[in-house]
Amino acid sequence: MSWIQDLISPNTRKWEQFYRNRFQHDRVYRSTHGVNCTGGCSWQIHVKDGIVVWETQQLDYPLLDDKLPPYEPRGCQRGISFSWYLYSPLRIKYPLIRGKLLDAYREIREKSNDPVEAWKKLQEDAPKRSEYQKARGKGGFRRASWEELLEIIAASNIYTAQKHGPDRVIGFSPIPAMSMLSYAGGSRFLQLFGGVNLSFYDWYCDLPNASPEIWGEQTDVAESADWYNSKFIAVMGANLNMTRTPDTHFFAEARYNGTKTVVFSPDFSQVAKYSDQWVPIHAGSDGAFWMGVTHVILQEFHHKKQVPYFLNYAKQYTDSPYLVELSEDDSRYKPGKLLRANRIEQYKDIENGDWKFLNINESTGKLVVPNGNIGHRWDSEEGNWNLKLKDNTGNEPIDPLLSLIDHADEILQVEFRDFGLDNRYERGVPVQWIKTVDGEKVPVTTVYDLTMAQYGVSRGLDGHYPDSDDYHNKDMAFTPAWQEIFSGTDANTVIQFAREWAKTAEATNGKCSIIIGAGVNHWYQNNLMYRAGIMTLMLCGCVGVNGGGLNHYVGQEKLAPIDSWGTIAFAKDWVDAARLQQAPIWHYINTSQYRYDGFSSEYNIAPENEYTNMHNADLILKSIRMGWMPYYPQFNKNPLDLCKEALENGASTDDEIKDYILQKLKSGELGYSAADPEAEENFPRVWYIWRGNAISGSMKGHEYLLKHYLGTHSNVIATEREEQKTEEVKWHEVAPEGKMDLVVDLNFRMDSSALYSDIVLPAASWYEKDDLNSTDLHSFIHPLTAAVAPVWESKTDWDIFKQIARKTSELAKQHFSSPVKDVVTAPLAHDTPDEITQPEVKDWAHGECEAIPGKTMHKLKIVERDYTRLYEKFISLGDKVRSKGLGAHGNAYACEDVYDEISQSAHFAREKLDNKMYPSLKEAESAANVIMQLSTLTNGKLTSRAYKNAEKKTGLKLTDISEGNEHTRVSFSNLKAQPHRYNSSPIWSGLMNAGRAYAAFTYNVERLVPWRTLTGRQHLYLDHPMYIAYGENLPTYKPSPKWELYGDLRETLKNGEAKVLNCLTPHGKWHIHSTYMDNIRMLTLSRGIEPCWLSEADAEELGIKDNDWVEVHNDHGVFSTRAVVSNRIPKGVCIVYHASERTISVPKSQVRNGKRAGGNNSFTRVHLKPNLLAGGYGQFSYHFNYWGPTAPNRDTHVIVKKMTKVEF
Amino acid sequence: MVFHLDKCIGCHTCSIACKNIWTDRKGAEYMWWNNVETKPGTGYPNKWENQEIYKGGWEKNKKSVSLKGTGKSKGLGNIFHNPYLPKIDDYYEPFTYRYANLTNSPEGDDQPTARPVSQITGKNMDIKMGPNWDDDLSGSHDFAQQDINLESLSQAEKEAMFQLEQMAFFYLPRICNHCLNPACVAACPSGAIYKRGEDGIVLINQEKCRAWRMCVTACPYKKAYFNWNTGKSEKCILCYPRLEAGHAPACMHSCVGRIRYLGVILYDADKIEEVAGSSEANLIDRQKEMLLDPFDEEVIKQARKNGIADSTIEAAQKSPVYKWVKEWNMALPLHAEYRTLPMLFYVPPLLPVMASLSNQDNQQQEKIHEKGKQWNVEWIYDTSTDDLWSSIRQVRFPVKYLASLFGAGDERKITQIIEKLMAVRIYRRWKTVGDITETKADKTLEKAGLTRELADNIYRLTTLAPFEERFVIPPAHREEAVEMMKDTGVHKGSVGFKI
Repeated sequence: MSWIQDLISPNTRKWEQFYRNRFQHDRVYRSTHGVNCTGGCSWQIHVKDGIVVWETQQLDYPLLDDKLPPYEPRGCQRGISFSWYLYSPLRIKYPLIRGKLLDAYREIREKSNDPVEAWKKLQEDAPKRSEYQKARGKGGFRRASWEELLEIIAASNIYTAQKHGPDRVIGFSPIPAMSMLSYAGGSRFLQLFGGVNLSFYDWYCDLPNASPEIWGEQTDVAESADWYNSKFIAVMGANLNMTRTPDTHFFAEARYNGTKTVVFSPDFSQVAKYSDQWVPIHAGSDGAFWMGVTHVILQEFHHKKQVPYFLNYAKQYTDSPYLVELSEDDSRYKPGKLLRANRIEQYKDIENGDWKFLNINESTGKLVVPNGNIGHRWDSEEGNWNLKLKDNTGNEPIDPLLSLIDHADEILQVEFRDFGLDNRYERGVPVQWIKTVDGEKVPVTTVYDLTMAQYGVSRGLDGHYPDSDDYHNKDMAFTPAWQEIFSGTDANTVIQFAREWAKTAEATNGKCSIIIGAGVNHWYQNNLMYRAGIMTLMLCGCVGVNGGGLNHYVGQEKLAPIDSWGTIAFAKDWVDAARLQQAPIWHYINTSQYRYDGFSSEYNIAPENEYTNMHNADLILKSIRMGWMPYYPQFNKNPLDLCKEALENGASTDDEIKDYILQKLKSGELGYSAADPEAEENFPRVWYIWRGNAISGSMKGHEYLLKHYLGTHSNVIATEREEQKTEEVKWHEVAPEGKMDLVVDLNFRMDSSALYSDIVLPAASWYEKDDLNSTDLHSFIHPLTAAVAPVWESKTDWDIFKQIARKTSELAKQHFSSPVKDVVTAPLAHDTPDEITQPEVKDWAHGECEAIPGKTMHKLKIVERDYTRLYEKFISLGDKVRSKGLGAHGNAYACEDVYDEISQSAHFAREKLDNKMYPSLKEAESAANVIMQLSTLTNGKLTSRAYKNAEKKTGLKLTDISEGNEHTRVSFSNLKAQPHRYNSSPIWSGLMNAGRAYAAFTYNVERLVPWRTLTGRQHLYLDHPMYIAYGENLPTYKPSPKWELYGDLRETLKNGEAKVLNCLTPHGKWHIHSTYMDNIRMLTLSRGIEPCWLSEADAEELGIKDNDWVEVHNDHGVFSTRAVVSNRIPKGVCIVYHASERTISVPKSQVRNGKRAGGNNSFTRVHLKPNLLAGGYGQFSYHFNYWGPTAPNRDTHVIVKKMTKVEF
Repeated sequence: MVFHLDKCIGCHTCSIACKNIWTDRKGAEYMWWNNVETKPGTGYPNKWENQEIYKGGWEKNKKSVSLKGTGKSKGLGNIFHNPYLPKIDDYYEPFTYRYANLTNSPEGDDQPTARPVSQITGKNMDIKMGPNWDDDLSGSHDFAQQDINLESLSQAEKEAMFQLEQMAFFYLPRICNHCLNPACVAACPSGAIYKRGEDGIVLINQEKCRAWRMCVTACPYKKAYFNWNTGKSEKCILCYPRLEAGHAPACMHSCVGRIRYLGVILYDADKIEEVAGSSEANLIDRQKEMLLDPFDEEVIKQARKNGIADSTIEAAQKSPVYKWVKEWNMALPLHAEYRTLPMLFYVPPLLPVMASLSNQDNQQQEKIHEKGKQWNVEWIYDTSTDDLWSSIRQVRFPVKYLASLFGAGDERKITQIIEKLMAVRIYRRWKTVGDITETKADKTLEKAGLTRELADNIYRLTTLAPFEERFVIPPAHREEAVEMMKDTGVHKGSVGFKI
C-alpha cells in the first residue's frame, strides 16, 4: 500500500529528537516508598535538572532458586505516582502553627524570658487553652520559623515532665519496617525522654491474635515467592491485586504450575478473577465455612483413613496429644486446663512443674513430660527445649498417644457449645482417670479427642453427634450443612474443598496455604475465624512447609534486623526500660469511648460468668495492675515526683524506691491513671504524630477523638451509657473535652492529621532521605536514599527529632539541671521468664494473692534521666549494647567486639562523649550502618554466634545453618548498589539457605526448635481461664455481633426504621491507607473521590443512582461522598475503601446541620475482645504490637442516604 | 507485542508509568496513551468500540479496503468538519482540586476542604467522567451492561452475566497497536504519520502535523489524541527513546503483573493490502500467515537483502511474541474486524467456574435456618465441580463475548486457546502433585494440540521468564542512523547542545 512507506529521508525524522529530549535525566537514585503497604519495592528515582521527574521500578533483586519466578519488577500504580507529591500544592514546605495558638503563646512569651514558664501560663489559662483547642482543624495555619516552633515543642515537653510526668508525652508512628530510622528517630527521642510509644499493629487491627494464640509468634509468614511453591491456595479476606499488587504475579503464575486457587469474598473482588472457584461467602462468616471443612477432614482423613503424614505431624508438632483435665461444673463435664506435670506424684517436684504438660506414651501407656514445654525454656538446666520426641526425665524416646479412644477408662459425656445456633451438646469423650497429688481423681482426655468431639466427629461414641456420614445434618455443629446457615455456601462446595485440600496436602506433604488479610482480620471475631482456617493447616501438616501455611499480609511489615534496630529505636543502649503502650486499650479509655460502649457481653456472645459480666474498662484496669497489659500514664501522680518523694522519705536505693511505691499502691494511696481516666492529672498531654495518620486514617472512633482529645467540633450523636457504667473505673458525670495540650505532626503533605494538629513540621519525603526498608513479602533489605535534598524547609524525621532533643536538652539546663529518677511500670513480657508467672488468675488488689512486682503484678523499674544530655545520647550508641549484647524473640548474642570495631573504626562515624568514643548515630546513614553491622541478618559473625546460643538453649545442632555466611557484612553503600538478601537467623522462623524461599516455621519443623508457646507446639487448645470463660478454648464459630446490640445506630434509628447496611472497609485500589488517595493520578483513575459502593438492589431501594452524593452515617459520625452502584456488590453491604482522607472534596453534611462531614472512621468506634487481655501465661504474655485486644471495624453498620443538596 | 490477559491484575501501573514520562503537561492532561479497561465495560473514550458512532478503522470494499469515516476519498470533503471526533466529555474533563486551600485557609468555623476544579476552565466542577470511570464494574448498569460486545448475546445470556453466579470481569490494557495497516497513517492529510521501517513504530511528526485530527477519527482504537495546547496530535510512541537505549517501553517495564512481551516479528509487507481485505472469517489467520518464520533460511536471506541487520534477525529468533502468536497460536488481535492488522496480540483470560444457586424454590427455603436470616438472602451458593478444575463449558463468561473481542466473532479461536491454557495447568499438576494421572495429562495435551515439550515451554514463558526473555529488544544501531546525516564522531561531541 502506497501510503505506508518507510521514510528513508533521515532529515524528515529529525523531529524525533522531540521525544528523545524528554527522555533524559541526570541521575538515577534508589529509593522506595515508606508507606504501610508491605510492598517494600525498590525504585529508580529519576532526577533531571535537580528535580525528581519520575520513577520506574528497579529490576535487580538477587535471584532465588531457579524453580521460582524472579521478583522483578516490584511496584504499583500508587508507588509510581509518588513523585507528584514532591512539588504538589499539598506539600508542606515550611513549619506551620495555628495562628490562635501562636498568638496566645507569643503574647505570654513576650513578657517572659522563659519558654517553659510561658507554656505553663498558657496551660493554666483555661479559656485561652480551650480557644486554641476549638480552633483545631478549622484553618488559620501560619508559617513560623523552625527555631520558634522547636522552642514551643521543647517547652511543652519540659513543662509536662515537670507538672504531670514524662509518661504524659505520647508518640504515634506506625510500621517501622517501611522506614526504620524515620520511626526510630521519634521513638528514640521519646524513650530517652521517658515518653510513650503507642502500638499500631493491634490498633490497625492487623495483628492476627490467632498467631500468638497458636504459635506464640506475632506474625511470621512466607515471602510471596513461596506462594509459587503452594499447590492449593485459598484466599480469604485478601484482595491480592489491590493490596499485594507487586506480588500477585506469583499467584497468577502458580496456576500455570498446577496450583488450584479458591477465593472467598462476598463481592466479586479483583482477585476472584484469578480463582478457579469463587465463593461469594456471606460477609464475616468465613469461620463457619472452615469449621465445616475441618469436620470433613477429621472425619475422612483422620478418623476413617488416618493419613500417616497427618497423624505423625499432629503428634510431633501440635498439642494434640496433650492431656486436658475435664472440670465438673453444674454436674456437667467441660474441657478445663491442660494437665500440669506437678499435678501428679511422679513429677510433683519437677522444676517449673506448672509449666510442663503431659502426654501418654503409647508404647508404655505411662504419663510422660515431652521435651520442649515452656517450663523447659526457663529451666535452670538448659538443653531440653526442643521438639525431639523424648521424655526429658530419662531421655527415652516417646510415642505420644493422640487419642484415648482405644485406651479409655470411661466415655464421659462432655458439654460443648455452639454459639452459632446457641446450642449445647453432650458428646461422648474417652477419658482416663488420673490421681493428682491432692489425692483427687480427675478425668483427662487429649486435645485431639476434645477436637474430634468439638467438631462432631463421633467415631462411634455416644452423645449428640451427627451420624458419621451425615454431612447434611444442619442442626448439629460443625457439619458442612450447618455452615450453610451462616456462609450461604452449599455443603457440596465445602466437601469438595475439604477433600481436594487434604488430598493435595497428602500428595505433597503439606503444600496447601491460606492467604488471608484484613477482610477477615478486621472482624470482631477475627481470632476465631483465623483459628478455624489454621486448624485445616495443622491437621494436614501444612505449617512449616514451603508452599504451605498461613500467609497473613496486613500491615505487619517485617522489620528484618529487629535485633539491632530495636535497641536503637527504643534507646535500650542507654535506658533499661521503655514505655511501650498497647494502643487499642489506650484509645478506648482515653477517648472516653468506653463510656459509650456498655458491657461487651451484649454483643460478644459468650457463656455467663464472672469475667463476661464485667465492663471492658474494668477488665482493662485489672489487666494493668496484674501486669498483663501496659498503661501509661501510669499513676495519678508524676513518676518523677514519686521517686523524689521516696528519696525524701528515706529511700536510698532503687529497690527502696520501688518498695516505697509498691506500699503506696497496695494501700491505695497511689492510684492507677486508668482507674480515673477523666481526671485532669491523668490526661495524655503532648502528642507527636509522624509517618502516620493517627487523627483520621487509623482512628477508630475518630469523632470521639475530635471531641475528647482535641476539644474541637465533632459529629458524634451517640450518648454515654450510664445504665451500663464501669464499677472500678471511676465514672464522672461529664467526660472532659480537649485533653491534649499540644499535637505535633511531622508530615510531607497536608493530610487529615496535619489539618487537625497544632504544629505541622515539614518532613522530608521518601525521595529526600536515607533510610532502610524490609518487608515479609520478600527477603531483601534495601534503602531509601535522598535523590534530592529535603525540599524547601523540610527535614528528615531523624533530624527533626534530633532537633527536638537538642532544644529540649537546652531548656532542661534551667529546669532539670541535675539527673532525676523515674519509675517505669512494665507488663509481664513474652519471651522472658515473666511468661511463666501466673498459672492462675489472682488479683492482688482484691486480696486474692500477695502483690509481688514481676510475679502477681506488673514490674517496677527505676531509671535515671539526665534531660540535659538527651541530645548527646540521641546521637551516640550507648555502651549497654557492649555490655549486655543484643537479641530478639528470646535469642541473645554478645557483640562487644563489633561495638568496639565500630567505635574504633576509620570508616564509621563516631561521637566523643566524656573523652570516650561511641558509634555515631548523628546522621541517619550512620545509624543505618550501625544497624547492619550489629544485626544477625547482615553480619555473619553474629549470625553464627546467635545460632550457637540457640544450640545451648535447645540442645540441638543449629550452627550449620549459618555456614557459608560467616563473612557477610553489609553496609549502606552496598544497599545503594543492590538490594541484599539477608541471612537465615534464629530470630526468625524460616530457613532460606541457597535461594530457598522463606516460609514461616520451617526452622521449627525441620530443626525441631519449639514454638514459643506453652507446650512448645502449635496450639489447637487454649487453656487460659479467660479463654475458657469466653468459650474460646477450642476452635469454634461465633457469628458477628448483632448490629442492634453493637451500638452504632441507637440514636440514628431512634425515630424509626431505615435500611441498615453492613459497611465493609477493605483496602482500596487507589491508595495505601490514606496515602495516595489525595494524589491527582489516583483521583483521576478512580471516581475523583473515595466513593461508597452499593449493590444495584440496595441502591434502587434507597433511590440512589450511580455517582449520586450520599451520606454514610450512624451514631458516631458521617461520611459524605458519592455512590458507585455495581453488580459486583452483594445486597446488604456497602463498601467504603479503607482510610479515606477528610480533605478532598468533602461537602457539608445534611444530617449534621451543615457541618463538614468526616472520613470513613467517622462511623467507627472501638470494640474490644476482653479475652485478648490475658497475660503472664505463655504465649498469652505482653509484647509490643504482639498481643492484646485489637480494634476491629468490620462489624460496623450504617445508614446510607441520598443527599439532596451539596454544599462545600 | 503480546499481553497475557490471564495475568493482568488491572493495577494501571503501566498507565502512570507512561503518563509520568509523556503526557504530564499542558494539553495532554486527558491523554492516556496506555490505559486499562474493565471488561465488560465501555472504556475510554466512552464507547470507543462502537464504530457506528466513531467511524474508525477500515471497511471492506470491492477491491480491498477503505477508511470508514475519513480518508483520501471520503475525507477531503470533511476536512474542515470532522463529525465523528470524540468530545472532551467522551474522554473526560481533566480535573484537579483546590489543594492549597487546606493549608492557606484563614481561620473559620469549620474544616476547610479541597474542592474539585476543572483543569481546563479553572472553575469548580462536578466530576462526572474519568479515564477509568467504569473500573471494576463501577456503575455497571450504565457502562458494563452497555458494552457493545454483548450485542452478540441473547437477552437471557446478557442478564445472566450480571448475576452473582455467573458474574465476572477482566482487564484489558490498551496501547497503540502499531498496526501493519494503520488507519491513522492513511487518514492524515498532511502525511505527518508514518510507520518506522526499522521497528514498525507508528509516529506523528510533531513538526508536520497540522491539526486535522483525521487520525483521531480514523483510529478505531481511539489511540491518537489531539493536544489542544500545541495543536498537534500525539500518540503512543512505544517509548522509542527508551527502546533505542535498550530499555523496554515504560508501560512494559513497569508491568508488575508480568503480562507483557515484546519482540521482533518479520513480516511480508507486500501482503498487507490483500490480507486487510480478506473475509472477516479469515482475517486473523491471514494476518498470522504474514508473520514469517525467523529461522527459515529463505526468510533470513530475504531479510538481509532488505537491509535488516543480523542483530535484528537474531532478536526475531528469540522473540517471545513469535512464540505466542505464531508458534503456539495462543494470542489474538483485538477487534481484527477493524482491519488495521494490529500488532498487539492478547492471550485471552481464564475465569472462575460458574456456580449454581440451590435455592429459591420452597423446598430449599427450608434449608436455611432462622439464624441465617440476618444475611437476608435466600439462596445457597454451590460452586462445586466434578473435577479439580471445571471444563470450559463451566467458564463464567460466554465464549461468545470473548470471541467478539478477540476472535472476530469466531468462538473456536477462543476455545482453542483456553484448552491450551488449561492443558498446561493439568500437565503441570500431574508433574508437581500427581493427583491427576499421567494418561489424563497426556490426553489433555494431545487434545489441545500440545506436546509435553511445548507445554513446558509455554509454562516457562508464562511463569519463570526473566525480564530479558519477556522483552527482546534489538539493538537500534543509532550510529548508522546518525551517519546518514552527519559523521557519528562529530555527533558524539555535539549531541545535546541546543543553542
